[in-house]
Amino acid sequence: MLNVKTDNACHSRSEQKKRDFISDRAKVIPPSGIRRFFDLAGQMEDVISLGVGEPDYSTPWHICDAAITSIEQGHTAYTSNTGLESLRQELARFLRERYQVEYEPKSEMIITTGVSEGLDIAIRAVVNPGDEVLVVDPSYVSYAPCVTMAGGTPVSVPCAEKDRFRLSADVLMQHITPQSKAMVLNFPNNPTGGVMRREDLEAIADIAIDHDLLILSDEVYAELTYEGHHVATAAIEGLWDRTITLSGFSKAFAMTGWRLGYICAPSEITAAILKIHQYVMLSSPTMSQYAALEALKNGEEAMREMVREYHLRRNLFVDGLNRIGLPCHIPEGAFYAFPSVKGTGLSDYEFAERLITEAGVAVVPGSAFGASGTGHVRCSYAVSRKELSEAIRRMDEFIRSLP
Amino acid sequence: MDDIDRSLLSLLEEDCSTPLHELAVMLACSEEEIAKRRQQLEKDGIIRRYSAVINWEQVDKGAVYAIIELKVAPERDHGYDRIAARISRFTNVRNLWLRTGTHDLQLLVKGKSMQEIARFVSEQVAPMEQIRETATHIIMKTYKENGVHYVEREDGQRLPFSF
Repeated sequence: MLNVKTDNACHSRSEQKKRDFISDRAKVIPPSGIRRFFDLAGQMEDVISLGVGEPDYSTPWHICDAAITSIEQGHTAYTSNTGLESLRQELARFLRERYQVEYEPKSEMIITTGVSEGLDIAIRAVVNPGDEVLVVDPSYVSYAPCVTMAGGTPVSVPCAEKDRFRLSADVLMQHITPQSKAMVLNFPNNPTGGVMRREDLEAIADIAIDHDLLILSDEVYAELTYEGHHVATAAIEGLWDRTITLSGFSKAFAMTGWRLGYICAPSEITAAILKIHQYVMLSSPTMSQYAALEALKNGEEAMREMVREYHLRRNLFVDGLNRIGLPCHIPEGAFYAFPSVKGTGLSDYEFAERLITEAGVAVVPGSAFGASGTGHVRCSYAVSRKELSEAIRRMDEFIRSLP
Repeated sequence: MDDIDRSLLSLLEEDCSTPLHELAVMLACSEEEIAKRRQQLEKDGIIRRYSAVINWEQVDKGAVYAIIELKVAPERDHGYDRIAARISRFTNVRNLWLRTGTHDLQLLVKGKSMQEIARFVSEQVAPMEQIRETATHIIMKTYKENGVHYVEREDGQRLPFSF
């Protein structure tokens, strides 16, 4: 009897009316543009994936070992909200020596759980409802949704292939309105590999100052710059005061899974961001922070070795793309090639879908990174040279099979 | 010896079968230039040989490797060089070093069996008049050689797609 009664109770509960629990904000952010490919890749065997946005290296062992040691020593509690002081000090040295940028470890730095967290809390700390935030296009997929979730309006600023995917001052000007408050830069760029040289940043600086804009500069690929040296946005005269520098350890030190990044900004901005950070994250993973400390102290050689290898692969892969008839500019940074597939007569989505099903090579359609990526595909060359050569062979065969 | 030479050496050390065209593309040079540089490095004796790294443990099941340490009385005017040259002529001696520590010379020797190693030590090396003491250590398992891992490791998996 008791059972029957319970069943009835459940039955009537399940028939209760429910309102729509999902927030309007969650509804307006678009779903991931590559879910479909993820499923396709899962069904197939022997796929060479050039769709990966992370290094193919494991974290250098001495860095892993430092994290293991920190656990053995019992460093398993929270750190201060801003992160380990020793890490911030080492980071200040690193930024000064590598990019000639000065940040005070006590008041102008927060260690974050990846650049992902840093981006979110930085945007929330500066965007009011109705503010427009200029976002370079194409670019990493999180910027616009983060702006939307903070109540702001993302405004795409196209970076054209003819400008080598750099942000041109003229194009930027055309997108500025009285509501413009900030802009998100991402150079070296994911997905194009485009890099802003000093003179390009200086042209942007004048506009930022004239229109009193804040710059959020995601420089997570900074160390992966192959022609010359990375120029930090905050190192440009007049920009330090109006720049939030976002970066992390994932790409340069092959540490994506450790989830560790940092924010550097003038103290009044840092203080505002810190309030959000302490409520939503409290502190970043302690063992990851010890790993990052080791990376900064002793990881430069391993990092250079990886960067040298990416450079060789880039030369090899981009040459291959151009040879098989997929025109590709020389990406000066990151580990992505962004060839045009317009010549094949297929859209970037069609190309990517057919390439994976017919040739077993996974790439990401460029339009997943914004309208300006249309007609291109993103190919990551963070895979072995052997796989890159095989991928080129398969892509060549696929293109030849097209009418 | 410039950066391109160094990069070329690293690439060849890693895989000396890399096609000339690929070497040229990666190093942003012409094929002629790379061929010329390679010839020069060979001529200078910097590139000693092109060879494959082979895990013989998988092929010669009975083969035995041993590290043999030797205490040596150095000779006037020659030090260790003459005795080292003599020992290095044996084809079963794969590596030979003069080192610091408890012993002077250290050899890596390959033999078809334990008996063969024992015979080599007792009949060929130990009787030499400069040799004062020998210590033989049999290799039980190779984990890594010349930078190459011999034991299958589980590699980390990446998601097939990520932004």
